[in-house]
Amino acid sequence: MNTFFTAFLDNLPQVLSGLGVTAESTVLGALVAGVLAFVLGLMAGHRNIVVRGVSRTVVEFFRGTSLYVQLFWLYFALPLLTGYQLSALFCGVVAFGLNFGAYGSEVVRGGISAVPRAQWEAAVALNLSPYQRMRRVILPQALAQMIPSFTNLLIQLLKATPLLWLISAADLMTVIQQLRDRTGESLVAYLTLLVFYFVLAYVLTLLMNLLERAAKARLGEHTGTRGLLRSRSAAAAESVPVVPGGAS
Amino acid sequence: MATDPLEKTPGSTPGSAPPGAPAGAAPAADSPSPSAPAATATADAVPGQRSDTPMIRFEQVEKRYGDHVVLDKLDFEVRRGEHVTLIGPSGSGKTTILRLLMTLERLSGGVIWVGGEPLSHARTPGGGLKPATEKQLRASRRKIGMVFQQFNLFPNMNVLRNITEAPISVLGLERDEAEARARELLELVGLGDRVDAHPTQLSGGQQQRVAIARALAMRPDVLLLDEVTSALDPELVAGVLDLLRQIAHDTDITMLCVTHEMSFARDVSDQVLMFDAGRIVEQGTPEKIFTAPEHRRTREFLNAVL
Amino acid sequence: MNGSKFDWGAARDVLPLLLHGFLTTLLATVLGTLVAAVLGLVIAIARRAPSRLVTAPVRAVMEFVRSTPLLVQLVGAAAVFSSVDPLVIGIVVLGIHYATYTSEVYRAGIDAVPRGQWEACRALSMSPRRTWQAVVLPQAVRNVLPALGNYAISMFKETPFLAVITVEEIVFEARKYGSDHFAYTEAFTLAGLIFLVASYPTSLLMRKLEKRLGH
Repeated sequence: MNTFFTAFLDNLPQVLSGLGVTAESTVLGALVAGVLAFVLGLMAGHRNIVVRGVSRTVVEFFRGTSLYVQLFWLYFALPLLTGYQLSALFCGVVAFGLNFGAYGSEVVRGGISAVPRAQWEAAVALNLSPYQRMRRVILPQALAQMIPSFTNLLIQLLKATPLLWLISAADLMTVIQQLRDRTGESLVAYLTLLVFYFVLAYVLTLLMNLLERAAKARLGEHTGTRGLLRSRSAAAAESVPVVPGGAS
Repeated sequence: MATDPLEKTPGSTPGSAPPGAPAGAAPAADSPSPSAPAATATADAVPGQRSDTPMIRFEQVEKRYGDHVVLDKLDFEVRRGEHVTLIGPSGSGKTTILRLLMTLERLSGGVIWVGGEPLSHARTPGGGLKPATEKQLRASRRKIGMVFQQFNLFPNMNVLRNITEAPISVLGLERDEAEARARELLELVGLGDRVDAHPTQLSGGQQQRVAIARALAMRPDVLLLDEVTSALDPELVAGVLDLLRQIAHDTDITMLCVTHEMSFARDVSDQVLMFDAGRIVEQGTPEKIFTAPEHRRTREFLNAVL
Repeated sequence: MNGSKFDWGAARDVLPLLLHGFLTTLLATVLGTLVAAVLGLVIAIARRAPSRLVTAPVRAVMEFVRSTPLLVQLVGAAAVFSSVDPLVIGIVVLGIHYATYTSEVYRAGIDAVPRGQWEACRALSMSPRRTWQAVVLPQAVRNVLPALGNYAISMFKETPFLAVITVEEIVFEARKYGSDHFAYTEAFTLAGLIFLVASYPTSLLMRKLEKRLGH
């Protein structure tokens, strides 16, 4: 046990750099996913059936094919077709973005349809244009309702980042695995790794809860400080469709 | 369609306050005081608004949901500046009329004319009509404002922003100008001190006043009021109704109200339309409808609600 | 990199291997779901225990398991229990991981049983065991079926993780064929399509089921 932690401390710079790769891929993947979620989610509510169909197809495709397969396809198969090798981190960010963007679009769609119809009607009665209705009235209200589900997806994304190890990006898992191989202490090594992810997940949850509180305050709903420490399972129970790297 | 109640109205409007005497004699002597000085203002306003085209004309308007007929080949007219109250049992199609005028519902048949222009149709070069596009609908909606039963204030905006949002983004007003007008309107509705409040911090009655100010900020020609006091606690109803009486007397805005407040209907209306099963069964001045109803359904309805 | 195009010959070669791996994938999904369904119920009931000495640790472990990556749990378990068959490890770890989700579904189902039902059982002096068995669970479980189905589908899409601990499922076969014949394109494209073909109709079915049960 001591040997592992000695190795851990001796290799702290590598560990931190691995942590950096994990954090970077999580944040960038979440950004791509977020943008895609809104584009696809808004397309899903478009009047034009072709636009809706494109959104539906893209969403079903990236939800239906496993994230694992998508990542491997980008990293191993695409270079054979194009002759151009993408970096592991880039592949990771794109695959996470596409996969979680597809799931996120369902959250956006659900959030928009959860805004009461009366709000649309009030916006029509004030003669706001369709764009203004969405941008000024509906989205600001929908956003607050989407955040718990987005928190779930963000944690799922974080939990998917160890896949980077399989395409040899030097993420946290890769670094800790190297220390394990050197010391042979599997149990301690993997428990340490799990604790790392647990803490990261907790920090992300806390940040998202803060964001949710701010968004709700803008709608005149005030939540106490206790809500900030609320765990994910409590949040998940509220937003019924719990989304583990999978179902909607 | 130019039946006598309609013909009578422009002329009878100045007189409708002195006939406020029978209204006062009747059980409902709600607020004689605000109506007395305001009546003169209406008297001045209406002759200036003389116009031969009706503000609103329903021509064979139909609304169906599947086999269920909500409005059945409806014809009626509302003159510029006229205050019309729609009464009748629930499900008789009153609210649908307002929702059609606000273009929240699509027509199943017929044409609605507002200020001589088709509301949800566009003229074709051949002189016919075709369903309007969103852009054309937006042009039609400029003339019309609506206040809802459930207020429908935007929870993501404070009181001021609720009122200035549309004038800025739709009418293109400068922010300063829009805010100055919003403050004036809030003074008018008695909420000058709640400019920065959030809608959830207001009582139902206050929220409805903000909603009225919000609708007026768009300077509509026609104001639609859809059971605006039905969701309020009883003690808050009178305040909102007094405000509407004041607006009715001080402005030349055309008003269509769906309401269950019969004394209010008697006070402000130039014309009352009694609905049943998607048809107008009786129409006339409030004095006629409330004191000498001709139709059996009207008598039954009034007996039930008064 | 020769910039080759899609090779239909290779696709024909790899397909039987993938379908063979697909059977293992299905087996892992079905057994994993079974573990998750049973264990999730146990967790949900444990979290209703009268003592915090039971509920607090259960909750903590659950929170830990669901907040940490399945892949790390799998690889860790395989390394620590190196003598156990990887497929067994895979099924158990998948089952435990998803039990933390399904327990929430059960919990919501149990919470949805009206208070009056519990009180009626108390009034009839039914034992706690009988209360759960005869009254609460039958009402709670009916509501959770579609959610369990959705978790089965998402577990199905996460079974490729088992390839990492050398379970010979579909992605394992794809990787093997891909590296042996340098035909990743064909292998992974087909693997992806198999997932799509298997999961899409199932999720449509689940949506129908949800609608019918009025969710």
